[in-house]
Parts: sequence; structure tokens; C-alpha cells
Amino acid sequence: MEIKSPQFKKNAKAALADEQLQKALSHVRSKFIEKRATAVRELDCFNELRDNAVAIKKHTIKHLDLYLERFEEKVLEQGGQVHWAATARDARGQVLDICRKIAAKTVTKGKSMISEEIGLNEFLEVNDVTPIETDLGEYIIQLRGEHPSHIIAPAVHLNMDQIREDFREHHTELPEDRSLEEPISLLQEARGILREKFLGADVGITGANFLIAETGTSVIVTNEGNGDLTQTLPRIHIVLASIEKVVPTLEDTSQILRVLARSATGQEMSVYTTLSSGPKRGDDPDGPDEFHVVLLDNGRSSMLGTEFEDMLRCIRCGACMNHCPVYHAVGGHAYGWVYPGPMGSVLSPSLAGIENTGHLPNASTFCGRCESVCPMRIPLPKMMRHWREREFELHLSPASQRRNLKLWAWFAKRPKYYRLFSRLSHLALKMLAGKSGRISFLPLAGGWTRFRDMPGPEPKTFMQAWQDRSTRDQPQ
Amino acid sequence: MSKPSSPRVALFVTCLVDLFRPSVGFATIKLLEDAGCKVDVPISQTCCGQPAWNSGDRENTRKIAETVIQTFESYDYIVAPSGSCAGMLKMHYPEVFAGDAKWMERANLFSEKVFELTEFLHDVMNVKKLKQKLNSNITYHDSCAGLRELGISKQPRTLLKSIKGVKLAEMKDSETCCGFGGTFCVKYPEISNSIVETKTENIESSGADVLLAGDLGCLMNIAGKLKRQGSTLEVRHVAEVLAGMTDTAPICDTNKKTVAKGR
Repeated sequence: MEIKSPQFKKNAKAALADEQLQKALSHVRSKFIEKRATAVRELDCFNELRDNAVAIKKHTIKHLDLYLERFEEKVLEQGGQVHWAATARDARGQVLDICRKIAAKTVTKGKSMISEEIGLNEFLEVNDVTPIETDLGEYIIQLRGEHPSHIIAPAVHLNMDQIREDFREHHTELPEDRSLEEPISLLQEARGILREKFLGADVGITGANFLIAETGTSVIVTNEGNGDLTQTLPRIHIVLASIEKVVPTLEDTSQILRVLARSATGQEMSVYTTLSSGPKRGDDPDGPDEFHVVLLDNGRSSMLGTEFEDMLRCIRCGACMNHCPVYHAVGGHAYGWVYPGPMGSVLSPSLAGIENTGHLPNASTFCGRCESVCPMRIPLPKMMRHWREREFELHLSPASQRRNLKLWAWFAKRPKYYRLFSRLSHLALKMLAGKSGRISFLPLAGGWTRFRDMPGPEPKTFMQAWQDRSTRDQPQ
Repeated sequence: MSKPSSPRVALFVTCLVDLFRPSVGFATIKLLEDAGCKVDVPISQTCCGQPAWNSGDRENTRKIAETVIQTFESYDYIVAPSGSCAGMLKMHYPEVFAGDAKWMERANLFSEKVFELTEFLHDVMNVKKLKQKLNSNITYHDSCAGLRELGISKQPRTLLKSIKGVKLAEMKDSETCCGFGGTFCVKYPEISNSIVETKTENIESSGADVLLAGDLGCLMNIAGKLKRQGSTLEVRHVAEVLAGMTDTAPICDTNKKTVAKGR
């Protein structure tokens, strides 16, 4: 996927001016937050479960090599195959090779952010394999030629009327006068069309929420059941997963599942939790003939042992973006790459390079709400700050910003001169405010005064007033 | 916790209070003195270093932090009328010195003595009730650093409710960021504006006449937006109301006849 993160500011402005988007985002601002809060309130031990989940992931990441090898061993034992992909390109190639072996024409897909990360759909299309997204949200944005704007709710940036129009435009085989007023009618229409696709697909590709080392099982959670049809009907099932998805045991998985859906959608559990272990066995009534797991690294192993290692605990619940004031304002597309919101602002620089994604860790108020709701207690603001440190070290932050900072720091380190600096600033502010008590245009801070007034200062600085008072109070 | 007898407290003024609103500093001193503290204002203080820290400049942050610690470490407590600056001193300073055991220890000892004003009054000095009266309908915005780094939420509310005549009208999403974010508001002004617009909408819908918060940065942002929108709401730092010092015109205003004085 082309990186549009360098144009973050432009993207954000467009998003703020987009009325349809703003209308759609108003739902994110309230619904996700309320649902999570209720789910958390109703489970007394939620925070203890969070601590357990964090401990499980920390342990796994510390022994990532061991658990990945164990996972591979178990998959092979069950007759599956494992493909190690160091890069996005490797992963795309491996998927295509598998498709080509059976001359696959169509591939159904369950929701997978890794597929987005490696740009799989575009790649398959140019190689004459047709990918069909089967998650309703993904299906809609595929029709529109868009990318997900949210990691668990890919079409959250859209309103019902837009989807209605898309369906009328694309589903031309259906009667024109059909009613699509009720949301359920849209769902039923998509379901009817996808049913055919499921039956005709040669290969099914799913992501994975967990890879269980103990059993060689891949696990997905969905609310639509499309994942089950994707992975059981075609001849080949390909699991596309990144390496940090591995957990040691089935028991560990069930612990993390208890915090996942609650954090994500506020459900106790997703509607479907699907476990798949290898291809169809002799006495199985159905299932794929072949079971492949493509294990993607794509920069993750280089996060190990760095200040960004904690990010590998992320279980992609989306709680951070659901609670982020910046995401609420601009939506997911403005971030310009696969992963939006706070988790993306930490992860994208690791995967796509800080030189391409420099705005992302800066576009945060550091309000800390993301960290407070993260089921994995990932210190997201702290890691965004680490990216800012890298940018500062590499001289990637804007020159004017660096200059101002340097000047300010020079004074801040010298109390006597700092007093002088603040007195002069105070004087200038006082002049600008005049008698109105506020400033409507402030040079060097036009970004502030374009949208709001700046209060004028009181007659003296605190330090001046304090020193006056001290002198006055001294005995003569 | 038993109330310490007349502790020596250093006031960490904060840059914004120094530059824009000294009244907050004097209100803080009054509250601390009324609670039985001996208050001092070390005159060689500058800034907590947060602008450098959040811009990724570790070296300057460290130098500033060293000066701050040297200036303040001899006091019993260090109190700031800001959750953001107190959060920097208390939660971030130890990290600034990561890898330097000697300074880290010094930073840890220092940070244990740092408190935000309402937290200090309520939790350390055991102030639960204030004597003055004030007929006012107040809404309180929880500034992010105070709320999430220091866990401040009930302290300012308990103190406000103890004032005779004060009614607290909670706004929707009082815990959501106002969009200030330090340099964020000038680096990404459009986004900041959209966030503060949501905030002022919630403030106006609360039906309150007065907005209070514990951080001047947020207050300037919100007051500046309300004023631009033509609102008549009165915006003040919580310390001014708690200390009964509401003679100064509200933030972004020149009108001294104020709601908080009991219209």
C-alpha cells in the first residue's frame, strides 16, 4: 500500500472538511467507548485478566523463537505447511505460489490486516487471481477501492446512504426497485452475493488473532461467520499471520480472549471464535485439503530488544483508536498507511520507516487515554515520545521547530536570562492584548489565534509580582 | 495519612502561570498557607522541561531537570498548580535519568515529594472542607496529565463541593482531552481546533456558568475558543475559586464582574 503518511496534515484537513466522514465518526466517538466501559464494569476481574494477558505476551515475546519453532513443528505434525516470510514481498510471493500450484482463479478472504500490510489484493489482481473480501466491512471498501480506516471496523468511515449507493452501483444483477432502507437488507444482499463466491473459491485466506504453539492451531475471531466459510470450503486454506501472534498454550489464548472482545467491541466474546489445526483429516466431514501458514516478520524482529518491543504485545483490538481524540477528529485514512490511531503511530514507523511516518508520533496530544484502555498496557505515548527522540537525533523534525526549541532551552537552563526572556515575552503579549484582555492574532502562534483567542497577561509576571510583594513585606 | 505540621513547601509556579496568570500562583500560596504550610518560591526556577522532553530532546531535558532538582530537593514538598507540570516532575524525571543510577536515585527522592495542588491539599494536608461561600454553577474539566498520570479526579471535586453555594454540573466526557497538548495545538491547529470545539460544546451543554480545571494550558485553549465563539462562560483555574480569590477578570476576559463572585 502506498504510504500517504508524509501528507498527514493535508489528509487531516481534508478529513475535517468531509461532512460524510465527520458524520460517520460521531458514532465512533460515543458507541465504542460506552460499550467497552460497560463490558469492563461488568467483569470485576478485568484488570487482573489484563495483567495476566500482559504477562503471557511478555513471556512469549521474550522466547519468541522457541514458541515459533514449536508452532511450526506442531503444524507440520498435523500435515500443514509453514512458510517463513522475512519481508512483505516474500509473503506475497509465497501466497501467489500456493495459488498458482492449483491454478486458482478466485480467493476468498477473511479480514486480515497483514494482507493490507503486504498489499496482497493489488498483487493478486495483477497476477490474475481475484481476491474477494468476505467480511462485510471489507467487502464494502473493496467495492469502493478503498482501504480499511479502522483495524476492526474497516468501513467505520462510511454512512448507510453511501453503502446503499455502492450496492446499487455494483450489484446490477439485482432488481433496481429493491428496497435497501433497512440495514438488514444491506446485510442480506451482501450475504447472498458472497454465498456464491464462497462456494466457487479455490483458496481461502484468513488472518490470525492467535497462533497456538502447543497445538499448532490458528485462531480467528469474527462476528459474521465469514471466516469459517472462507477457511473450510475451498481446497486450500492459507493463514496469513505476523510472528508476534504466537502464544504458548490454548489456556493462554482463552485468557487473552477474555480481554480482547471486551476491549474491542464491548462484547464478552466475539460471535465466532474459530480454531483450525491443519488440513482435513481422514474422518473429517469437511475442511481444506491443504493448510498453509505464512509467517510474516516484515521488521518485527528488529523491534525486539529495542524501546519498541512492548508494541509486539498488541492484539489489534482497536481500543486505542476508539478512545483517541485525534482519531475521532480525522478518522483512520488521514494517517496514510495500514495502521491508524495510536497503535499505528507507534507501529508504522517501525514497519514503514520513521522518515516516511514522522508526523504520526507527533500528531498526539499525549492525553494518555489510549494507554489507559489498552488491554495489553502498552505505553503508547511513551513510545511515540521515543519516536520523537529518534526524529530529533536524526534531524528529521522541522528545522524551525528545532531552532525554537534550542533558543527556548538556552533560556530555560539559565534562570537569570529566563527571567528576562519571560519579562520581554510578557511585555510583548501585554502590548498585543491592549485593553481587550485577549489577543486575536499572535505572530509565531498563528495556528493558535486562527481558531481561538489568546488570553492577555495580567499586569506583571508572577515572579515580578512575587518579588514586589517580598520587598514590600520586608521590615524597613 | 496524618497531616504534617507546617511543612516547608516550595511552589513550582509553572511557565504559563508566571507569564499569563500570576493570580493562580497567589491563590495557590494562599491555599497552602491556609492549610498550614510554610511556602517559599525559589526564584531560580524556570520550566519543568516538558517542551524539550515531548520534542525528543533528551539532552536539554536532562540539563533542565538537573537544575530543577537542585533548586527544589531541599524542601519537604514541591507543589504545582498543574497536573501536567507536576506529572512531568513526578512521573517523567526518573525516566529522564535512566541509566544514571546516582541521578536516578536523586530524581526518585525528589519526585516522591512532588504534588499537584488539589492532590496535595486533599491527600497530604487532609483539607476536605473550605470555609468560603460562592453561589455558582460550576463544571470541571479533567486535564489529561492530572487525571491519567496522577489519578486526580475526586480531589478537586470534593474541595469544590465543600464550598457553600457551589453546584457542580458535570459535562459530558469531562475526561476527554481538550486538544491543547502543548506544542500539538500549534503544530496541528486544525485537529486541535476540532477537538476543542467538541469540548466547548459539552461545556455549554452542561448548563454551568463557570468552567474550572487544574491546568492553565487547557484553560487558555478552552477559554480562547469559548471567547471566539462569543460565549459568556467564565473560565478560571480551580485554585482561584478554592482560594476565594476571584477578583481578577476571568481568563480571556476583562469583565471583572463575575459569576464566581456570586452574581
